[in-house]
Amino acid sequence: MNGAHDLGGMHGLGPINPEPERKEPLFHAEWEKRALGLTLTAGWLGQWNIDISRFARERQHPVAYLSNSYYENWLAGLETLLVERDVISSEELAMGKAIDPAPKELTDKCAPASAVQDILASGGPCDFPTNDPQEFKIGDKIKVIQFNPTGHTRAPRYIRGHEGTICDYYGSFIFPDENAQGNKTGQHLYNVSFDGSQLWGDGNDTTIHVDLWQSYMEKL
Amino acid sequence: MGHDHSHDHTDPPSDPALRVKALESLLVEKGLVDPAAIDEIIETYETKVGPRNGAKVVVRAWTDPDFKSLLLSDANKAIHSMGYTGRQGEHMKVVENTDTRHNLVVCTLCSCYPWTVLGLPPVWYKSAPYRARAVSDPKGVLAEFGTTLPKDMKISVWDSTSEMRFLVLPQRPEGTDGWTTAELEKLVTRNSMIGVEQALTPERLQARESNPTA
Repeated sequence: MNGAHDLGGMHGLGPINPEPERKEPLFHAEWEKRALGLTLTAGWLGQWNIDISRFARERQHPVAYLSNSYYENWLAGLETLLVERDVISSEELAMGKAIDPAPKELTDKCAPASAVQDILASGGPCDFPTNDPQEFKIGDKIKVIQFNPTGHTRAPRYIRGHEGTICDYYGSFIFPDENAQGNKTGQHLYNVSFDGSQLWGDGNDTTIHVDLWQSYMEKL
Repeated sequence: MGHDHSHDHTDPPSDPALRVKALESLLVEKGLVDPAAIDEIIETYETKVGPRNGAKVVVRAWTDPDFKSLLLSDANKAIHSMGYTGRQGEHMKVVENTDTRHNLVVCTLCSCYPWTVLGLPPVWYKSAPYRARAVSDPKGVLAEFGTTLPKDMKISVWDSTSEMRFLVLPQRPEGTDGWTTAELEKLVTRNSMIGVEQALTPERLQARESNPTA
């Protein structure tokens, strides 16, 4: 979707004001730690995937998305998902108190502290096979299709409709646009380079690399 | 942080600290989340998984040509062989800075970042202005970090739109021949592995160490 999260090229957001690396704390408030931990542990209940959870953050109102701090966006996404997936009810969320017990199949998935190291260390690989033929090879010139999906996509607006060059092939990976709708399918994934002058106008000599799935592109 | 005013239960607290607390207590009450598991996650990223992992990868590449060539051709294999595996580092690609090309990493769509080698991302990496301008005006972004590149140095920006996570291999600073691994690691800042800075020169390291609060 063309949401506030799709920020590449936007103006007017002010300076970055980075905190010096040696002085920046890992968290800026105690609640941020709990928001991170809750997001991860609730995710391990297996009721959504990474693309569903990204989409939950992205479809906030743009004003909310841009006003929130990062962990506030995580929290908003988590609350949305927990209610939408019937893990909790909106009444329970409002009260912070349980009304109904959680079903055993869910409580069985509650990760104990002793499982955390293994879960973090194994991660969640995202390669996934496809029977589709690989359409592009390194060096091919492509054009990103022009489209405006209302659902989740990982094709940012700033490269849509533009020409680029295939410069790496990663293999077949889970296709996020479908995965965000609960359909796990594989698709060929490439790294594609774009000339800054093509994306941003004359005088920009940057090369911009974007990872793109096969169906985002057509051969030139 | 907390509100002093009272509110009834139909008016959920908007303060994130209160919301998080209420949500955690609800999920714990329902048996869905173990608070000790959350503690364990926090401790992992506070004490075990952070940018010192990445610095070890970089210094090994500076000092071991075989490792460097593996790192650039099969980053997963090279990095996983050092024990840095797991969440947000499942698929890795390393991009090398050279005399003619500087690399910069961003995630314009969210905050994708190589957790296994750099830990959790800093606030600025997740901020809207960085995500907006890294792809369109990288020189302006670098200037905000006090980084100026030679005039003819070209910039490549890597937008992390898939589950591939990027790590920049900074150039080894001059004047570091014969340095030990531990000494070299001090030159490798987190920011140099994102690409907003270059690795510290020996002079800058010395200036920092003589004035730790600067």
